[in-house]
Amino acid sequence: MAKLQVELVTAEGRLLSQEADFVLAPGMDGELGVLPRHIPLLTPLVTGEVVVRNEGNEERLFVSGGFLEVLPDRVVILADDAERADNIDERRAEEARHRAQELLAQNEDNAEAAAMLEGALFRLRVADIRRRRRGEHGGPPPAQ
Amino acid sequence: MPSLRDLRRRIRSVQNTQKITKAMELVAAARMRRAQERVLNARPYADEIRSVMAELMKRTPEYEHPYLQVRPVRRRVIILVTADRGLCGALNSNNVRLALRSMNESEAPTAVVTIGRKGRDIIRRLRKDLIADNSEIGDKPKPHDVLPGTRVALEQYERGEADQVDLVFARFISVGRQQATLLRLIPVEPPKDAPPAAADFEYEPEAKDVLDALLPRYVEGQVYAAVLENQASEQAARMLAMRNASDNAEEFITDLTLTANKVRQATITTELMEIVGGAAALEG
Repeated sequence: MAKLQVELVTAEGRLLSQEADFVLAPGMDGELGVLPRHIPLLTPLVTGEVVVRNEGNEERLFVSGGFLEVLPDRVVILADDAERADNIDERRAEEARHRAQELLAQNEDNAEAAAMLEGALFRLRVADIRRRRRGEHGGPPPAQ
Repeated sequence: MPSLRDLRRRIRSVQNTQKITKAMELVAAARMRRAQERVLNARPYADEIRSVMAELMKRTPEYEHPYLQVRPVRRRVIILVTADRGLCGALNSNNVRLALRSMNESEAPTAVVTIGRKGRDIIRRLRKDLIADNSEIGDKPKPHDVLPGTRVALEQYERGEADQVDLVFARFISVGRQQATLLRLIPVEPPKDAPPAAADFEYEPEAKDVLDALLPRYVEGQVYAAVLENQASEQAARMLAMRNASDNAEEFITDLTLTANKVRQATITTELMEIVGGAAALEG
């Protein structure tokens, strides 16, 4: 079966470059699944997770917006910022969430805090899925 | 004639300075390699976004995003990238000089956004119109570290308070050569060197919406890339400046040692003459 070559690049460097059977990305109008021989497509991405599947292996990454470029045999994700799910520090994400909620409590229209909260929640979710999938209880409990 | 003691003290002091300049040279060399690596790592993203943008602009020739409109220039903004520290040769002053020259040559009043402490200090001292400062981002900046300053410049443009945005930084040509460079950020010029896009794309939602989302990223990416490049240039310039300083110190030490030896020899000779003269006087 045909494969996709997936590249995930940010302004800092290349985060991922591998073969895949399937790619899932957070498009503007909902999640987008890409299989080999997809029609060439260019679309902005929103904050969310990218899933790259290859022969039963799964790679999950968090992106905070960017662009998805689909070619028949290649998928290029231009991410504003990206992080591998294993690298996401839960404690840090938890702290960021607390901070954002405090800021939001003070000022409802604080767009920056809202974005921070959104980011923290997504990081937590990605890390959570990862842990459950492995069936283990990794990491220390989130700081209160 | 300087005294032997003064000369020796002087030699020691130059030797100590030389130790510092040598250490700084080594540190700068190591940092330069890492900075160069970061510049290289940033390339795939820049190439990719350029080729996508060139394709989009070809597809939507009639669409005039504000960033693409060429307006008569009544006010300008310059984003001035410099280093946070000195001791890197003429790097900072070259960047500042280029920015100032461009400000003097243009009829339009120009506001400045600085990224880098050295540029900020000079612009402030000259009482130029400093509208934002984005300094002290460290030597491992993330793309979002340069966003605040960039956003201020873009907002000026979006609100019609500026009609052109330029970027000044030191281009890294080679370890021995860094060139102060002025680059026009907005209005955005279609990338010329971009490779043709690989396929006939579908756009979701519309080509024009994708372009709307892409243009700010493109401009921000250019600023980030310029900061990375400036940092590589900074380290290369510092390495060279420190190597010259170490070489000069070496030369200085040689000269001083020679003088010190001469003085010592002269003292001994004088003493001998005195002894011989004294002995001769006693005998006579």
